[in-house]
Amino acid sequence: MGKNQQIIDSAISQEYKYGFTTDIEQETIPPGLNEDVIRLISSKKDEPEWMLEWRLKAYRQWLKMDEPNWSKLNYPDIDFQAISYYAAPKPKEKLKSLDEVDPELLDTYNKLGIPLEEQKMLANVAVDAVFDSVSVTTTFKEELKKHGVIFCSFSEAVKNHPNIIKKYLGSVVPTMDNYFAALNSAVFSDGSFVYIPKGVRCPMELSTYFRINAANTGQFERTLIVAEEGSHVSYLEGCTAPMRDENQLHAAVVELVAHEDAEIKYSTVQNWYPGNPKTGKGGIYNFVTKRGTCLEANSKISWTQVETGSALTWKYPSCILKGDNSIGEFYSVALSNNFQQADTGTKMIHLGKNTRSTIISKGISAGKGQNTYRGGVKIMKGAENARNYSQCDSILIGGECGAHTFPYIDVRNPSAQMEHEASTSRIGEDQLFYCNQRGISTEDAVSMIVNGFCKEVFNELPMEFAVEAQKLMEVSLEGAVG
Amino acid sequence: MLKIENLHAGVDGKEILKGISLTVNPGELHAIMGRNGSGKSTLANVITGRDSYEVMSGSVTYNEVDLLELSPENRALSGIFMSFQYPVVIPGVNTTYLLRAALNAKLKNNGLKEINAADFMRLIREKLKLVNMDEKYLSRAVNDGFSGGEKKRNEILQMLTLEPELSILDETDSGLDIDALKIVAEGVNNFRNSDRSFLAITHYQRLLEYMKPDHVHVLIDGKIVKSGDITLAHELEEKGYSWLES
Repeated sequence: MGKNQQIIDSAISQEYKYGFTTDIEQETIPPGLNEDVIRLISSKKDEPEWMLEWRLKAYRQWLKMDEPNWSKLNYPDIDFQAISYYAAPKPKEKLKSLDEVDPELLDTYNKLGIPLEEQKMLANVAVDAVFDSVSVTTTFKEELKKHGVIFCSFSEAVKNHPNIIKKYLGSVVPTMDNYFAALNSAVFSDGSFVYIPKGVRCPMELSTYFRINAANTGQFERTLIVAEEGSHVSYLEGCTAPMRDENQLHAAVVELVAHEDAEIKYSTVQNWYPGNPKTGKGGIYNFVTKRGTCLEANSKISWTQVETGSALTWKYPSCILKGDNSIGEFYSVALSNNFQQADTGTKMIHLGKNTRSTIISKGISAGKGQNTYRGGVKIMKGAENARNYSQCDSILIGGECGAHTFPYIDVRNPSAQMEHEASTSRIGEDQLFYCNQRGISTEDAVSMIVNGFCKEVFNELPMEFAVEAQKLMEVSLEGAVG
Repeated sequence: MLKIENLHAGVDGKEILKGISLTVNPGELHAIMGRNGSGKSTLANVITGRDSYEVMSGSVTYNEVDLLELSPENRALSGIFMSFQYPVVIPGVNTTYLLRAALNAKLKNNGLKEINAADFMRLIREKLKLVNMDEKYLSRAVNDGFSGGEKKRNEILQMLTLEPELSILDETDSGLDIDALKIVAEGVNNFRNSDRSFLAITHYQRLLEYMKPDHVHVLIDGKIVKSGDITLAHELEEKGYSWLES
């Protein structure tokens, strides 16, 4: 085995940094799913009757649905009765301030590099921290309130802003949209809610950190962002989980609504536990439905995702471009190393006139990883002069991984302009040797090539997180070269 | 400077070089000539340390250091450069970025300060003129969409920027039209001085007309069968290689 091969192998075999568990007293309901479990979740959250009804309706629909099997993902059947649908750190008293948050929890977030004490935080980023099924705390609430921005946990929003929730919940992703969205609608536990009033430019980045801790529980969070006319918000989510031998299910739903002239920028750095790098055991099953509606004219929704974790990723952040001149964007880096499988992409549905969409997808496969891009662009009849530009690039590291591309295009208006570019390349021994011969080490060469490959997407991330993403990429690829 | 003694080497257990001895002194340009498959490129790859090549016996020293013990990047950092016969494409990495990373690796290795972007651009513009390349190449990915001639000029551009002590030119003339060949040869000639050495690998004497080697060696079946001066190259052009085969 050559030296380069060894460096590649050691890089691929880098250990997951966030695999620790937090020892905290937790309240978990026994595994299993039925209407009583849903009633229990709803009562634990002290929800109004309408919320419970909504959940039950979704549950009854879910029972009639089948698990989708059209993706390239390969996994054993999920036993939905073996999962616990609610886990929460045991509440001491009702939290009034951060001082009352369990120190174990604060410590957990510190270890993850997300200090929740506001004085220690990155300037200009407000954080909502979700631990298993509940939101632990939200920072900078007061500061945001001055601008009329609402940023709180979903549970709080159900209680305090029921009219907004009733109006928008399920308006972008209906309960029966798909199997996992229906399941989420029935059992969702917490998540974040953001409301930006008319004409307000949110004064700071908003961010939610999701942490799965408890064993054998699923995480089902729900996020809703509403941007009123002429408003602007940039939101980022991050995710980590402990190393466990069992697979854990994560099925989230995210809904975005942009009114006239509003802009929502949604970025994700997903780093759930990917499973054991040698055996493929364990890891998160990540089934996520993310969709945004550009409801009115001149609105814009932009998705940026860096997907480096999870054993399975099934995720297609999409845009419905309803308003005239509205814009949808999707920038994605998805990495599948070792035994990871990712089936991810986007859908752009053009309904309004002069709507534009851009898709930039970068897939990286290493080890035995399988990476699939699946994207759909639909130009409906009324979408005069719609334009789409799609670019799907794949890079392979080593000889045992795979990259697959499935672009679906459906054009029903002859004035549409569509452009599609795709490429597949390999980080080969010859490229590494070429760099070596110029005095550049193999690690530096791989990082240079991968970062060069992802550049267009990293550029879309908020500054602080672009650096984080770049580092994450290096860690996730450590040992991947040969 | 470079000293090769009784070198046996090959790929996958198959011996290709069967006892090569060669000494290259500072300031000299040696030409290695031979047909396809005679072992010329194997020699270049063994000197630069490519993974897939295996040394069976013999030694290669460079400034009295055992070269075979060094990693490919450390061989490069100690002053050895190879102009590739087939320069590879590296999508997404722009030409300037690679070249600056390479130059900085060298500066850092020599305990010097890294060059900043502005100074680097000034330097690279000067070098571009020497190989008659347009600035537009700099913003393109390494060798991506370059013609054969552009790739070879890009190799010489890198050589001129990194200023190695020993340059191995592996079939730098192949795929070049006569104008590009002249540019490349001129680039090399202007770069020659009493400290720098060259190993030019070729199977035509065409390149040598422009480069004026000090020594010419003929490689047949992994062995140097004859050494001489430029007249040997002329002789080969006239008679071919067969008269040297025993």
